[in-house]
Amino acid sequence: MYAHKGDGDEVRTIRIGSGAGYSGDRIEPAIELAEKGDIQYLVFECLGERTVALAQQARMKNPESGYDPLLEERMRAVLPICASKGIKIVTNMGAANPEAAARKTADIAKSLGLSALKIAAIVGDDVLDACKDGDLPIMEFDGTIRQLGNRLLSANAYLGAEPMAQALTAGADIVITGRASDPALFLAPMIHAFGWAMDDWNLLGQGTVAGHLLECAGQITGGYFADPGYKDVADLARLGFPIGEVGEDGGLVVTKIAGSGGAVTAQTCKEQLLYEVHDPAKYFQPDVVADFSQVKVEEIGPDRVRVSGGRGAKRTDTLKVSVGYVDSYIGEGQISYAGPGALARGRLALEIVRERLKLTGVETSELRFELVGVDALHGPDVSAHANEPYEVRVRVSGRTENLREAVRIGNEVETLYTNGPAAGGGAWKSARDVVAVASVLLPRELAKPQIRFVGA
Amino acid sequence: MKLREIAHSRTGDKGNISNISVIAYDAKDFPLMREQVTAARVKSHFAGVVQGEVVRYELPNLSALNFVMDQALGGGVTRSLALDAHGKSLSSALLDLDIVPALDGK
Repeated sequence: MYAHKGDGDEVRTIRIGSGAGYSGDRIEPAIELAEKGDIQYLVFECLGERTVALAQQARMKNPESGYDPLLEERMRAVLPICASKGIKIVTNMGAANPEAAARKTADIAKSLGLSALKIAAIVGDDVLDACKDGDLPIMEFDGTIRQLGNRLLSANAYLGAEPMAQALTAGADIVITGRASDPALFLAPMIHAFGWAMDDWNLLGQGTVAGHLLECAGQITGGYFADPGYKDVADLARLGFPIGEVGEDGGLVVTKIAGSGGAVTAQTCKEQLLYEVHDPAKYFQPDVVADFSQVKVEEIGPDRVRVSGGRGAKRTDTLKVSVGYVDSYIGEGQISYAGPGALARGRLALEIVRERLKLTGVETSELRFELVGVDALHGPDVSAHANEPYEVRVRVSGRTENLREAVRIGNEVETLYTNGPAAGGGAWKSARDVVAVASVLLPRELAKPQIRFVGA
Repeated sequence: MKLREIAHSRTGDKGNISNISVIAYDAKDFPLMREQVTAARVKSHFAGVVQGEVVRYELPNLSALNFVMDQALGGGVTRSLALDAHGKSLSSALLDLDIVPALDGK
């Protein structure tokens, strides 16, 4: 499509819809985008920090699994519309197994009678062997990859936009990747459509601004934003997901479908621009070091915000790698108290459990004792002046070396029913292993992305 | 008055680092915010929550400040014992800061 620029010079523009901001996100807004959004690309960002590690565990049990659990539901919902309108799909729903995800998508397409679709899987983000060979140091704590021993589950590099863009240029209708930087999912269609050079740092920086703004879907259209009386947002139950109109010169307007819920305003765009950003002048990406420090945000119409001024500098020689490992076990128990004296009984309950865990010798490396409704979110200092609530929920959680010890923590809360303060109700407990992630930096040339085509 | 009267805010998380943006509703309040919402004040407001350093970045084009708080998420989002492991609720807590209005009544 074409947009007019001032004196009549035509600037090529694409419209990219953001169909999911995390793996469990709502599905109807993506259907709405495909049906009514006049988009050429639909991107689904579905891969959380530790999701690949969990998916890798699933894949070890079943070689045809390890991709996003909602892949089938999402693809079935949007494929017929996207195929009929020629909308290309880009997603990281491949998780730990992009090829199996591509094969599954091909099966779904076939079952829907869509046999002409070209589906590409991007592989090569799995860099476990290279990380082990180099025994790379962990960024978050003292230690190296090899020191994680048999706790190590996965190591996946954040790939850039280039292989996804190449897949689109080679004719892919659907591109499925595993670990890639989230903004790169959006940058790929821009590079493909406009032929941006991979060393045009300012364009890649501004494209990264666009991708960063769109990647969390509803978070820029009024989700994670409403604060009644201060920041009111209409119709959050029918929140519309965002569309980025991107010009070949990097010009960006963020908008949404007229009549959908939510709002796109300068405020929603500013909040999302800084979301999960550290130094705004150095936002490290696989393709560029983006600079958000000079970005300007301007409302140009209802639910239309122009975002300009993103820049960039040369990319680094390393790629960030997300390392999944078994960290520890967590045991937890909860129980509620209400009415007059609820707070005092809640505090008594915490003291009893504290003493019981000591008396019975439960081995923990970290423990938390808190009252939900009083001090659970920000601790006793921040919440010191809060009023007494009608009801409180006791919560005790602890970190242990094994599941057996973790189970004992919840048990000591549950036994408050018959051994603790008066009128405790709704006890609940859990014990689970903790798959955590850490990071290493891998020399860029050691990750070797490849494109694998699967026909429908 | 509370910071909430002049600014809005959003929390993001990466590993054990939390970032909180504080954005003036009106550009005219940005100087006041820049003067009073310092890294040191944010660090002391989150005593018991933030164990590490707090660094402030200024974005005058957006009338915004960005606070990056190290060791703020109970050892990291993926391993934290906290109820709100992501620290998403921290932005609202920061808006509870007291702000002394400017002398000219702004």
